[in-house]
Amino acid sequence: MSSNVTVVKRAPDSGSVRAFLHKLAVGDAVAHLITLVCAASIVLITSVLVYQLWTNSALSRHAFGWHFWTTQAWDPVFEHFGALAFLYGTVVTSVIALALAVPVGVGAAIFLAELAPPQVSDMLAFVIDLLAAVPSVIYGLLGIFVVVPFVRVYLAPFLESALGSLPLFKGPSYGVGILTASLVLTIMIVPFIISVSREVLLAVPREQREAALALGATRWESTIKVVVPYARAGIAGSIFLAMARALGETMAVTMVIGNEPRIAASLLAPGYTIASVIANEFTEATGSMYLSALIELGLVLFLVTFILNGLARLLILATEQRGGSHA
Amino acid sequence: MSLRTAWRKSVNVIMLSLTGACTLVIISVLFFILGYLIWNGGKDISWDFFTKLPAPVGEPGGGMANAIVGSGKLLLLAMLFGVPIGVLGGVYLAEFGGRTFGFLVRYTTDLLNGVPSIIIGIFAYTVVVVPMHRFSALAGGFALGVMTVPITVRSTEQFLRAVPNPLREGALALGASKWKSIVTVILPAASSGIITGIMLALARVAGETAPLLFTAFNNHYWSSGWNQPVSSLPVMIYLYALSGYRDWHEQAWAAGLVLLAFVLVVNVSTRLVLSRRTSVPR
Amino acid sequence: MLRKTLGCFSLLVLVFSLTVSARAQSHDPLSLNAAGATFPYPIYSKWFDEYRKAHPGVEINYQSIGSGGGIQQLKAGTVDFGASDMPLNDQLLGTFSFKILQFPTVLGAVLPTYNIPGVSAELKFTPQALADIYLGKVTKWNDPEIASVNPGVSLPANDIVVVHRSDGSGTTFVWSDYLSKVSPEWKSKVGSNTSVNWPVGLGGKGNEGVAGLVEQTPNAIGYVELIYAIQNHLNYGTVENSSHKFIKASLATVTDAASGAAVQMRQDIRISITDASGANAYPICSFTYLLIPAKIANATKRDTIKDFLHWMLTTGQTQVEILHYARLPQAVVGIEERQINEVQ
Repeated sequence: MSSNVTVVKRAPDSGSVRAFLHKLAVGDAVAHLITLVCAASIVLITSVLVYQLWTNSALSRHAFGWHFWTTQAWDPVFEHFGALAFLYGTVVTSVIALALAVPVGVGAAIFLAELAPPQVSDMLAFVIDLLAAVPSVIYGLLGIFVVVPFVRVYLAPFLESALGSLPLFKGPSYGVGILTASLVLTIMIVPFIISVSREVLLAVPREQREAALALGATRWESTIKVVVPYARAGIAGSIFLAMARALGETMAVTMVIGNEPRIAASLLAPGYTIASVIANEFTEATGSMYLSALIELGLVLFLVTFILNGLARLLILATEQRGGSHA
Repeated sequence: MSLRTAWRKSVNVIMLSLTGACTLVIISVLFFILGYLIWNGGKDISWDFFTKLPAPVGEPGGGMANAIVGSGKLLLLAMLFGVPIGVLGGVYLAEFGGRTFGFLVRYTTDLLNGVPSIIIGIFAYTVVVVPMHRFSALAGGFALGVMTVPITVRSTEQFLRAVPNPLREGALALGASKWKSIVTVILPAASSGIITGIMLALARVAGETAPLLFTAFNNHYWSSGWNQPVSSLPVMIYLYALSGYRDWHEQAWAAGLVLLAFVLVVNVSTRLVLSRRTSVPR
Repeated sequence: MLRKTLGCFSLLVLVFSLTVSARAQSHDPLSLNAAGATFPYPIYSKWFDEYRKAHPGVEINYQSIGSGGGIQQLKAGTVDFGASDMPLNDQLLGTFSFKILQFPTVLGAVLPTYNIPGVSAELKFTPQALADIYLGKVTKWNDPEIASVNPGVSLPANDIVVVHRSDGSGTTFVWSDYLSKVSPEWKSKVGSNTSVNWPVGLGGKGNEGVAGLVEQTPNAIGYVELIYAIQNHLNYGTVENSSHKFIKASLATVTDAASGAAVQMRQDIRISITDASGANAYPICSFTYLLIPAKIANATKRDTIKDFLHWMLTTGQTQVEILHYARLPQAVVGIEERQINEVQ
């Protein structure tokens, strides 16, 4: 589609064929230019974004260097900033959310791709896509009024009584905390895992399944031993996508995590994530060092989600190409 | 039947039912969310909610009229900013694009799509709020507009590419120039897909809170024009939910219901339209 | 068909929002933007509403993002004026590129509010107990430090859930300023500022957020301004003052705490009145300040702000007591009336 075809219209009654040609040529060139400018502006916006993140965090990067990521202190008064607590909170909540979401998500994807009749599968996939469309602040709302009391009254005491010997579940149950945030994140990222995994599983060629079944495998065995491994790159891609989403999630997490910049051994303790601290403290960051530290946090969040998203796309692409065309 | 076969068969049944159970759990979560919001929010939806301004702190009553209109205003600004760039960028990629530059554009679009919304908020703050020395609807609309661009570009490109080649060639054969064939034939053919892509993008940003926190800020009154801070539903939900006032909690539920209803209605209707065509771009 | 419906729907939304915003625009009120402390938010929101009723066409949009936020946004120039419970010291004033005038508006009290299942009595707190709870040294409600001054109240052996502010807060400044005065350990370990390194606890956003967390979390203790405890129906305790009496925060006791302040404020309007002397003085009180730029370029804005300040010092003061804030001492009103002339 890259050739610029100029159609010559034979205008019998004009002495201005050349003028008409010129007009045509100009029209196409103008259209090309306008759309090019719009496309280029996307590149421009993204470049400016990265540039702004980089330069506005320069103060903090030069002052703290790599120690920024190994220090826990977050002291705006003495301008000692360390991101370890936020890194911990971000990583732990995302890892737990993934640990819970992946089995459920892949399980549901298997059901939708392998077992459900096509119409049922499409309809359920549609409903699950709606879950992905629910805004984050509504998850936060439900988090505060449904998940927090549930964790405080039922889940945390249960975990403490059953597994209280582990330092992971010691301590008072506040309701808010790392565990609650992880639970809310789980529900938020499951739809992504399901929808991408389902498509990837559907893309696996029929012959693979039929071959396994012909060899005497049960439905489950053919799924888990043939189909899923065939699609594993794509499923891994969906996990990366979900992880990128979990890492960047702001509102729902801010509302239920307890806002405490401290690393605690217990999952029931409050914590803080990178996105939450930016949301909470950006408007009050007095002093350029404070603001710079927050933007440095944003820069790293951006880089990590960028890498994860890139990997995810590559993996999904690889699986789809391998599987050939799908409906 | 040997023991091993019996074992394999029972594993088969158990695991497959488990996958069904997983699906059931997820589906029921959605219905729970919907039901809970309707139950809690439905009680407090009233004419006041849609028509009154917020009452002073601690006084019961008041509504979120300015937040609803504010969200509408922000979406309008987002559209004004995001639709031209998104649609025309998609046209470029589908119709004019060179190989390397097209690849670059697609790559950065995907990159922009994955950026967490709070980072977009920081970006809009440094680029719009700081030079203007004020929080404004413009800054909020800009942030939301930037978020709609990747979705719009991809869906536009996808639907343009899906227009069958005979249609293109027919237009050209009739003597139309390239741009004319795009405007009069190809775009209209892909229009329903493109419009649904735009609507999906708007539904997505309608619920975004983080980028608005330090761009559009908030406003207790009607916000006139585009250079004043403006209230919005998601920000109000956030502020009210975190407080201790029971009255504010009730209003937060009502606002949540309105927001979710809007997002779901747009999503359901657009996906219904799209399901008759190709699959939805992610 | 569906496409047409969608198109009509979106067109309707467009037209609706355009007409409504056009309608709002036709009034074209003067809009002032302000941000800052949550401590006086209830009275400010009432004042701005009343002022708007008295002067239709003036809308002062105040966002309570915390004193830290108010100071920063004023510095960045995104708001017309700010609000802070912590008066700006000379060092902080030096970081501004323009001169700031500080106007005390009301007096308020910060009190320990709690939510203990089964306990509806009014608890007494010694300064040491409060410091130790917030230092993390006292961890259970039935600790002797609390129980010894509350005989007759059966306190459960539950863990105390400490709640503090997650944002930069003037209320935090008042609380930590008081604790620094009564506890040398607090002063050396934590200090006083709008944002401190809390040894323990959960963070809530704004006075509203702390009240919300305390309300929803059993066994919680938090510090909030008086009106928040009242409006959210939270229990709050009495605090032992420097005369060793347990005082409950109220209009009378807060006014008492400020009784000696006017003299000092003639020299410097910034003052700390925590741990005030006086038999009936509530020990954790504070003035709260509006931060007004000394030079305002826009004449309409300047005149409106000055008019509002006059209104605040006269009519406004008559409305504060309903919300349990104490009025400014008359001498202070006089000082401020003179200071308004410095706004140019």
